[in-house]
Amino acid sequence: MSEKMKTYKAHPMSLVFSVITKIAVTITIAIFFLIVGYVIIKGVPYLKPSLFAWKYTSENASMMPAIITTFEMVGIALLIAAPLGVFCAIYLVEYAKKGNKLVKWIRLTTETLSGIPSIIYGLFGNMFFVIALKWKLSLMAGACTLAIMVLPLIIRSTEEALKAVDDSFREGSYGLGAGKLRTIFVIVLPPAMSGILSGIILAVGRIVGETAALIYTAGTVAKIPGLFDSGRTLAIHMYSLSNEGLHMNEASATAVVLLVTVLLLNGLASLVARKLSKGEK
Amino acid sequence: MIITDIENKRTAELTEGVSAGRRGLHRFAEKTMGAVFFISACVSIVAVVLICAFMFIKGCPAIGEIGLSDFLLGTSWKPRDSNPSFGIFPMIVGSLYVTAGAIIVGVPIGLLTAVFMAKFCPKRLYKWLMPPINLLAGIPSIVYGFFGMIVIVPLIRNVFGGNGRGNSILTASILLGIMILPTIVGMSQSAMKAVPESYYEGALALGATHERAVCTVIIPAAKSGILASVILAVGRAIGETMAVIMIAGNQPRLPGSVLDGVRTLTANIVIEMSYATGLHYDALIATGVVLFVFILLINLLFNVITSKKER
Amino acid sequence: MPIKFDIKKADLFYGDFQALKNINLEIKDKEITAFIGPSGCGKSTLLKSLNRMNDLVEGCRITGDFRLDGQDIYKDIEITELRKRVGMVFQKPNLFPMSIYDNIAYGPRTHGIKKKAELDEIVETSLRQASIWEECKDRLKKSALGTSGGQQQRLCIARALAVKPEVILMDEPTSALDPISTIKIEELCQQIKNDYTIIIVTHNMQQATRISDKTAFFLHGEIVEFDTTEKIFSSPSQQKTLDYITGRFG
Repeated sequence: MSEKMKTYKAHPMSLVFSVITKIAVTITIAIFFLIVGYVIIKGVPYLKPSLFAWKYTSENASMMPAIITTFEMVGIALLIAAPLGVFCAIYLVEYAKKGNKLVKWIRLTTETLSGIPSIIYGLFGNMFFVIALKWKLSLMAGACTLAIMVLPLIIRSTEEALKAVDDSFREGSYGLGAGKLRTIFVIVLPPAMSGILSGIILAVGRIVGETAALIYTAGTVAKIPGLFDSGRTLAIHMYSLSNEGLHMNEASATAVVLLVTVLLLNGLASLVARKLSKGEK
Repeated sequence: MIITDIENKRTAELTEGVSAGRRGLHRFAEKTMGAVFFISACVSIVAVVLICAFMFIKGCPAIGEIGLSDFLLGTSWKPRDSNPSFGIFPMIVGSLYVTAGAIIVGVPIGLLTAVFMAKFCPKRLYKWLMPPINLLAGIPSIVYGFFGMIVIVPLIRNVFGGNGRGNSILTASILLGIMILPTIVGMSQSAMKAVPESYYEGALALGATHERAVCTVIIPAAKSGILASVILAVGRAIGETMAVIMIAGNQPRLPGSVLDGVRTLTANIVIEMSYATGLHYDALIATGVVLFVFILLINLLFNVITSKKER
Repeated sequence: MPIKFDIKKADLFYGDFQALKNINLEIKDKEITAFIGPSGCGKSTLLKSLNRMNDLVEGCRITGDFRLDGQDIYKDIEITELRKRVGMVFQKPNLFPMSIYDNIAYGPRTHGIKKKAELDEIVETSLRQASIWEECKDRLKKSALGTSGGQQQRLCIARALAVKPEVILMDEPTSALDPISTIKIEELCQQIKNDYTIIIVTHNMQQATRISDKTAFFLHGEIVEFDTTEKIFSSPSQQKTLDYITGRFG
């Protein structure tokens, strides 16, 4: 330590820089805990059992319908996005040849998709699913919109997981006379599973937290919806409450549920991903 | 003996027939699934084409009807007047202001955090510090907005007093600055980590301190990755919607100071979409088109920079 | 000649592995000393201990007495000052991704020289000393990474010289180079030996005989023999040295 101080004494600017970086990292970490702490402290006192009643009324802004809607939304969106995303990645890694023009386009469009802000997805979903396809504001319209939105996430994580599978596995399987399909499903996918799963969990996190893409596709009705009915997810529920300004306490409580869910999902995703890297060793 | 021979032969023929049938099935499955993979792969292309088509086909005529310069440079947004005006210049300015503000707030903190994470952080500490930073990226924007509403807005109101209710450019800049932190930290730190160790050793061997080596060799060598992270952050900030709506005030007029409220392009869409019809609706789509063009340009810039890095 | 480096009872551990065992060595001023030996014998490790680059290696422990002009380099000399006095050239050229000029000026700038005229002069002198001035005087502002491998290594030497060190450590500086570039570097060493103490690690025994005054033969973390190069290669006193120089080790 004194050794280090000797160096700093000779180079005071270095000490200054080192201190500044430490301050910056402290700020960053502190912000995280500040946000999480504040939301929890502010919201937990209002987490009453009545908020989990089956029905939403103007007296009791129950979040139960929104929770169920969120589950439905996640389920439908994943049902669409997960196979599409995984298959797309399989095509990119296992089928496409090097220098394939199409692959270039797929890459470019996937990157573009991941850069598009959610409000644009919302606009598109409103124009396409809600109006052009006449689905009205509905669970289905919202889920399809979100499916497109999380597609790049799933494609990328699957692609990376597939690439991480050693080529010798594939060669071994082909060497035994197995076909391409069999090789992919029996040899390549199992070791890539945790990587794919972590991508899908991240996608769930995004769906749960999404607002802007849903307001004008799935709408804001606070009832448990059927496939072609309007319904609000937890995030929309929270937006509506804080926007109306009448149920701020309920909004705080919803914020807790939302935040904790999303953080758990993200934590789970990195846990699953870490399992993957441990498996590799 | 003979009978068993014949029987054996027959069994062999039978199994051969079966396996031929199975092989045919396999070939069929291989072909179908190959096609399924291919079609799935094209979905993202189709999606982008559809999104572009809908945005531009619906938005551009509206811009034509309003007049390009009236739309982009008009300073009055009164869509519901008997003589409506659709000028989104205040919103363009608003988006640019809060984005610039976010960069001013977020880049220094993010970059210095990235430097610490990449080059100063002991391994044992890294394991504990990185997850919270990554989790920042997972917090939904609605929760950020809520946090801004109950913490940053009152703070700004108390510190700077009177003028407005604390919903301002400054508030939005701070919140967006926080929201882009994980993007900047994540990408910049991996860019710095990718700089060959030999550069660092070379600098130390010339008598540079650790800090000097980081500042004068590693950061410059990682600059394209750092730049890319900032560009990505600009895209995030300019496209952010819900958090901004909750704290920026949303007045559709040119702001006079950083303590004035602004409306961003994104906010304009969300706030009025629920009751817009006719040209008003189309003008909101056109607002989306302007935002979309910004985003596409940012994406392009990002691609140019990252592909340069690969070379 | 006075003693430049005086090393006594030096042990070095990487974790549990002992990489250097009881090293005792006196390196004379303004001489070229070569470290030879099979790979993994500790010669590079000892070299890196002399400007404390081993400090970067996690789990590295060093005991013993390392003195530069009588000062303990682990206690009496501040580390950046030490590295200023003891420069280093690495196995692979490691120029920074900047212009040639900025590469050479990096060291002087690090040590507080800011005046343009002064820097210009240092850059020119260093490049001349490394006999690469003629080749690159017209492209000082161009990226240093655009030059050939041999030129890059000579630029690295020029960069080290620009700090005006007393000792230059060279860690197999020619192992990544073609024969012509190798000869140029060897000639360069001969030219500058009157002004600097040079310690060079090499795999190439001919190189040691061509340029060095003294040679130390390392095996399994120990110095087997240290003597004048002539003596080591003509009539070594140890059987192991003889085995090595006649090619019985890999």
